[in-house]
Amino acid sequence: MEVSLFEARELACWRAERLVFAGLSFSVSPGEALLLTGANGAGKSSLLRLLAGLLAAAEGSLSWDGADCFADLAAHGAKLRYLGHQDALKPSLTAVENLRFHASLQGGDVAAALDAFGLAPLADLPVRLFSSGQKRRLALARLSLRPARLWLLDEPTVGLDAASVERLGPVFATHRAAGGIVIAATHLPLPLPGARELRL
Amino acid sequence: MALLARELRIAIRHPADTLAAVMFFVLVAALFPFGVGPSPELLARLAPGVLLAAALLAALLPLDRLFGAEAEDGSLDQLLLCGLHPAGIAAVKALGHWITTGIPLVLACPIAAALLNLPVEAWGVAMLALGLASAILSVLGAAGAALTLGARRGGVLLPLLVLPLAIPAVIFGAAAIEAAANGLAVRPFLMLEAAMLALAMPLAPLAAGSALRGD
Repeated sequence: MEVSLFEARELACWRAERLVFAGLSFSVSPGEALLLTGANGAGKSSLLRLLAGLLAAAEGSLSWDGADCFADLAAHGAKLRYLGHQDALKPSLTAVENLRFHASLQGGDVAAALDAFGLAPLADLPVRLFSSGQKRRLALARLSLRPARLWLLDEPTVGLDAASVERLGPVFATHRAAGGIVIAATHLPLPLPGARELRL
Repeated sequence: MALLARELRIAIRHPADTLAAVMFFVLVAALFPFGVGPSPELLARLAPGVLLAAALLAALLPLDRLFGAEAEDGSLDQLLLCGLHPAGIAAVKALGHWITTGIPLVLACPIAAALLNLPVEAWGVAMLALGLASAILSVLGAAGAALTLGARRGGVLLPLLVLPLAIPAVIFGAAAIEAAANGLAVRPFLMLEAAMLALAMPLAPLAAGSALRGD
């Protein structure tokens, strides 16, 4: 029997009295990438938040390795990395301090993560001086702190220059080679070869 | 804990928030002598209540940003996902609020007490009572801040929710200071205040935690 690692069944989501999507089913196996596309307001971000357990599903179930994800949200959260619209950085802290905080919660190597996104020269600068692209890179650097099996990315490349988008390629490739899953909502092409597309 | 260390580091980088609360507290205490007029006895009589009320209002100032700032920049999502219990997050935030607002208010208490003509022998008790009352406000306030998170006029709603719950802290705190000024036993009043804190400390973060999760 084929192991289908991460499986959503008949998911439905209501936001403020409005049905965003319903009857949504898909499954992702290790090493796969899934791109969420669709018009603005189609529910890409809501789906990602729902998959992260930050938003309660109105209907449906989410299972991972046969276990129900919504049953133990804390354990589910520890297995994934979520990158939302906002970068979740504190402007008054430096790049290193921002990352070190997350590293202290989940473990990982701060210097290597900064290096992977070419942020080493900016390490000791307060984030409030960063451009929006640099902030996005720092938020992405959180992903490479420590391996997690599932990455949920909401428009990961917004504000990034071409070189930084290219830099994401090997990061995604290493993650997927190790059996990691990427689910990303995007309007822009991402360096994810062989990704399936889910149109909302 | 890492979260507390980050809280404190941010507070050190932005001393204005702490300073604003302390200045507010001292200024309110300074306004009373002008309003009451040249009557030192009356002022000393008012002092306990004024101290408590002014301190609680000052401690309320930074409360609506307690979770608001975290929610706006997305940090709250990351905190909820990192495996910490939501109630733990709320408890640490409350502790951070007390350290960055409550303790400075306690330290500023002698200045305000002097402005209000409170007898010197009651200053120590006043600081104790203020410390307890501000700690109560911090934990109750964390619950209030979590509940009003995302509400459109959260900043207005928050005091309406929290201050009524803090009334007993004002009553017993002021009673303790008054007892100290009159040379009576202060222990029972402080014990009652501490009991309130002991009750609120485990319950309020739990409420805050489920409010954070529920959004």
